[in-house]
Amino acid sequence: MGMQWEGKSFIDNLPKIYGVYTGGFLAFFFLMAFFERMGMSADVIGILFVAFTIGIYAFIGILSRTMAVEAYYVAGRSVPPVFNGMATAADWMSGASFVAMAGGIFMAGHGYMAFIVGWTGGYILVSTLMAPYLRKFGCYTVPDFIGTRYGGKFTRFCAVLVLVVASFTYVTAQITATGTIAARALQIPFEAGVWFGLAGILVCSMLGGMRAVTWTQVAQYIVLIIAYLMPIVWMSGVQGFGWFPQLMYGPAVERIMELEPLLGVGVAALEPQRGLSVLATLHATPREGAMAAWQFVTLVACMMIGTASLPHILMRYFTTPSVRDARNSVAWSLFFIFLLYFSAPALATFSKLQLLDPTLPTAIIGQPVEQVLALEWVQRWSAIGLLAVIDQNGDGILQINEFFLNPDIIVLATPEFAGLPYVISGLVAAGGMAAAMSTADGLLLAMANALSHDLYYKIIDPKAETKKRLLTARILLLVIGAGGALVASLKLTGILGAVAWAFCFAMSGLFFPLVLGVWWKRANRQGAVAGMLGGLFVGWWYLLAVRNPQEWYGIAAPWFGLNDLRFGIVGIVASLVAMIVVTLLTPAPDEEIQRMVDEVRIPRGATIISSKS
Amino acid sequence: MSELTAENRVEHWRQTKRLMIIHLSVWFVFAYVVHWFAVPLNNINFFGWPLGYYMSAQGSLIVFVVQLFLFNRQQHAIDTKFGVAEDQA
Repeated sequence: MGMQWEGKSFIDNLPKIYGVYTGGFLAFFFLMAFFERMGMSADVIGILFVAFTIGIYAFIGILSRTMAVEAYYVAGRSVPPVFNGMATAADWMSGASFVAMAGGIFMAGHGYMAFIVGWTGGYILVSTLMAPYLRKFGCYTVPDFIGTRYGGKFTRFCAVLVLVVASFTYVTAQITATGTIAARALQIPFEAGVWFGLAGILVCSMLGGMRAVTWTQVAQYIVLIIAYLMPIVWMSGVQGFGWFPQLMYGPAVERIMELEPLLGVGVAALEPQRGLSVLATLHATPREGAMAAWQFVTLVACMMIGTASLPHILMRYFTTPSVRDARNSVAWSLFFIFLLYFSAPALATFSKLQLLDPTLPTAIIGQPVEQVLALEWVQRWSAIGLLAVIDQNGDGILQINEFFLNPDIIVLATPEFAGLPYVISGLVAAGGMAAAMSTADGLLLAMANALSHDLYYKIIDPKAETKKRLLTARILLLVIGAGGALVASLKLTGILGAVAWAFCFAMSGLFFPLVLGVWWKRANRQGAVAGMLGGLFVGWWYLLAVRNPQEWYGIAAPWFGLNDLRFGIVGIVASLVAMIVVTLLTPAPDEEIQRMVDEVRIPRGATIISSKS
Repeated sequence: MSELTAENRVEHWRQTKRLMIIHLSVWFVFAYVVHWFAVPLNNINFFGWPLGYYMSAQGSLIVFVVQLFLFNRQQHAIDTKFGVAEDQA
């Protein structure tokens, strides 16, 4: 097919192309709703949703195949800011954001909101400190910047090392998420779901690299945002909360706060159930005391600084046509991310009120246990062990501490609480799949590109031909993907834990070498190496120490309450100190490097690394 | 403006740094300070929301989004003033 993926006419047509695509997706949704009315089974609808959307991504991925270096690594630097914003938003919002966030807020209340603040505010750092300067640099990968700014093969190698550690930790969590959703929607075992999910991911990125990933991510963003917002708006409209629930749910929060003392929220279960929890945290009331506040802000800090250090996000801004577009594109990314994140607490509030408020027909707390057990959705989720209703005090009435659930089901199950048709659940499954696949794609590409461009081409074989380089990139993509799927099928860590660790690894090793590379002319090679390795290994050691208190790693208790989700704070301090001390003890970088930094600081003029290669 | 003088280069960077510091100060307040005081802020009712909760659910986020679009305009104005924006090559 002679489709052109660059050039003015393609770019001008983008709104039309994606407009038609969005219309087509909505038409598919209504068609499914119609089929459901006609009696099509829930299983078939689920399969069709997942298969149809993956088919479209694969189609885009195959159409945008390329053998050009510039297209493969940076999508030809031709992605307009708004579309790059959507692609970044899909790249950014993972299975964890989509599936687990609202449930986390539902269960853990205000403490969990640190993720919402942290996962949005990080973009201020990206825009003010990094993205425009990295774009001016003209690099293909993040280690490309480090290697050229500081010089030296070993420096470049250190950056590749940090990138791989952080991204690999992250990608296993995403492959786990695609496996879980594929397994449920297609009714296959989890292990098979993992490999199936990986195949879908690779089809999008193998042939077309960054160019293919960009255009599938835009398509995935459209699916995931529709899938997240439609159930919220629909439920809210149907139940009389208004058609713009994000602006209207204040009174619902107030109502929950009134009900909490009456229902006894905060009392632990008489007999805890394995893997499930009862609602025991107040919805909107923060815990008192300086320690709670400290824990909140340190988690916010880790998520924000991690955002600004994650290579799969930073490399998205290498694809814009100009420095100014890179900046605008960060703002659009945040806007598109904001649409989902400011809806998640609304969903959690709304979902909770439906279960708690005795004046609503959907309430279950305070109702006779027999009546609750007769509800269809209670039976369905109990059957697969993700929910349990047990009358532990034997009074025949369901108390708040007798309703057990796995928080991850909130997003999937809320439409069912509200009695919406199954087609909504199919839509949500497709959205979760899109979220997890798009993030996994970005991560795999970041790793394969760093290994093929920086390790293979720049360090091992600088004379390699274009064809050989791109072939290496593709083989690496396969190998890393298979490695990720293998680790994912072992189920070593939970999704959220792995995500937080990835952020902490990235910030420990990369944040200061990147920022100071632009903002401190004096920063030199020795300092950068010390910063990367010092940060990475001190962070790693601290993680091991707090995870294994019985082993002897040199500390008896976590410092300042910094647990394993927050080890990046320790790592980044080590990185900063190491980088400054070593830089000051060694000679300043030469004239040429200093001139390079001067040029990076102004948007005008040619990129530092020339695009011919 | 074709050649950038050394003084202009220094001045452009000084103003860029100043803008960065201003924006990061605003960011610091909405990322950390308001959430540190979430407990007392929650006593204030904001259209039904307790204010401390509201800031973490929407308030800070809205500030961040608006801030980024504003930052882009301001930075572009600085670049244009010194003739270093891209279309001024």
